[in-house]
Amino acid sequence: MAEASSLLKPSRRSRLRVMFSGFMGIVAAAAAIIACGALLAVLVYLAINGLSALNLSIFTEGPVPQGQPGGGLRNGIIGTLILMSVASVIGLPIGILGGVYQLETNTRFSRMLRFLTDVMNSIPSVVMGIFAYLIVVLPVAAMSPGHAFSAFAGGVALGFLMIPTVMRTTEEILKLVPVALRDASLALGAPQWRTTWSVILPAARGGIITGILLALARISGETAPLLFTAFGNLDFNVRLDRPIDALPLNIFNYATSPYDNLHHLALAGAIILLAIILVLSIAARYALKGQNVE
Amino acid sequence: MNSQSIAIDSPIVERARSWTRGKHAGDRIYRAVLTLAAVSILLIIIGLIYELTAGSSASISAFGIRFFTDSEWNPSANHFGALPFILGTLYSSLWALVLALPISIFTAIFLSEMAPRWLERPMSFMIELLAAIPSVVYGLWGLFILQPWLVKNVETPISKSPLASLPIFGDLANGYDMLAASMILAIMILPYITAVSRDILHAIPKSVREASYALGATKWETIKGVVLPYARAGIIGGVMLGFGRALGETMAVTMMIGNAPIFKLDLFKSGYTLASVIANELAEASGLYRSALIEIGLCLFIITLIVNAGAKLLIYYTAKDINATT
Repeated sequence: MAEASSLLKPSRRSRLRVMFSGFMGIVAAAAAIIACGALLAVLVYLAINGLSALNLSIFTEGPVPQGQPGGGLRNGIIGTLILMSVASVIGLPIGILGGVYQLETNTRFSRMLRFLTDVMNSIPSVVMGIFAYLIVVLPVAAMSPGHAFSAFAGGVALGFLMIPTVMRTTEEILKLVPVALRDASLALGAPQWRTTWSVILPAARGGIITGILLALARISGETAPLLFTAFGNLDFNVRLDRPIDALPLNIFNYATSPYDNLHHLALAGAIILLAIILVLSIAARYALKGQNVE
Repeated sequence: MNSQSIAIDSPIVERARSWTRGKHAGDRIYRAVLTLAAVSILLIIIGLIYELTAGSSASISAFGIRFFTDSEWNPSANHFGALPFILGTLYSSLWALVLALPISIFTAIFLSEMAPRWLERPMSFMIELLAAIPSVVYGLWGLFILQPWLVKNVETPISKSPLASLPIFGDLANGYDMLAASMILAIMILPYITAVSRDILHAIPKSVREASYALGATKWETIKGVVLPYARAGIIGGVMLGFGRALGETMAVTMMIGNAPIFKLDLFKSGYTLASVIANELAEASGLYRSALIEIGLCLFIITLIVNAGAKLLIYYTAKDINATT
């Protein structure tokens, strides 16, 4: 009898074990609260101060000399849009076609290529910037003295940074297109290029757009590779062979300057940049939802 | 998703979609264009390695192996040693890891093992959102908020307490220091480590946990004795991915660390990292100075490559283990 009741009643030791388990649960919850708290602190600060720093003149005015009041981010915003366009022209065809290549082949070379895109994805952006500096900025400087930095060089760096993301998402989404669709097209006598162009790519459109938008979101805030490629420009510029301003460069320069009004500009720039990234990310989710491969 | 990709790899499908069969003229162009794209990716990687090596050849032949052991960085005297940057990069990233590791592992455990669904969703979404914030924006927040807070609430009290006699703490300087850089790095890598660890924990089969509960283990005993050992290699891989990110992180660190080419163990002193010195100095450099900076880039490339390759292998093998046992 005594033995049976001691089996039914939790012993002191097992109560302690349960209590310790509960205690560790509280520790884990506390860690989650600390993590989310630190991250909320960043978001809330940026939202409050960035939004209050926003006004119309920020979108319409160019920079003013340091120490003077006023000024806006027009040049940086337009510069960032131009840089993203150049990057897309370079990065998207290679990324998307590379993804199609991965789907079409299964050779030693294509497996090596998959590994190489992983490598490429882990290269720090500042190193990719050095590469663009070496293959664009330095040769230009050697050929035509007086010129060196250019919007094109910045676009090359950002374009290369887009390739791994676009290529991997394209490949993943193409894999989801049912093989039967492809077989049906081939059986009807369509050549392979026609099958890809008219059947597979349209079926995978939403997923490919998601990959593009995520890659754009990733490069829109890149700063380090632009410091010695696009370089920044106090004058308004839309030419690709001249240095160009960019929003992340503005944020960096203004945040590290000693002037209050420039700090406000940096905060406004940060909130504009975050808005761009948020819109791209939400659009990416939305595009994927519209994706219907079945 | 899985069944689809298996179907695609089956031999019948393989034959049907063997792309070398099309004899149509358009297919020849199609193949050529795709191959061109694939080869250009290969060329970018090879070009990157070649250009970095060629660009740093002047520095390599001038300093040789001494480049990595010399701690003097003096552009005006054309004397370059990378030791302070290498140590500064490793030191700030290690501290970031020490600060971020416990919090992100416990957060991952909380999200995967304990949190109710209504709480897990928004928290996970927020953590993903934070991974998308650019480095320069973290740097701005660090400059305006974190750094003054650290000076007031952490550095001043410590420097007045007996802890100040430890070698990692010293007299207060200007607040642009290793501690500030490590803190901002910790906040930046926290979402990465948490997300990867959570995914690994999610992948562990339920039956493993149920077996442990059936033996009478409590929740924590199950996590500690069964779940974590199962996920260990994968979590270590995630941690290494975070470490790799910290090593290559540029802007936020450049804005916080003080940019002084001296290495000190003291967390309250300024330092410098490989990525920061490139960001600050490459645009204006020329000749041997430029070559030395490119060699620093090469060095950063190799270090991140090793760390990331290790991380990928660990994650790959954990996923394989989990698949093998289910």
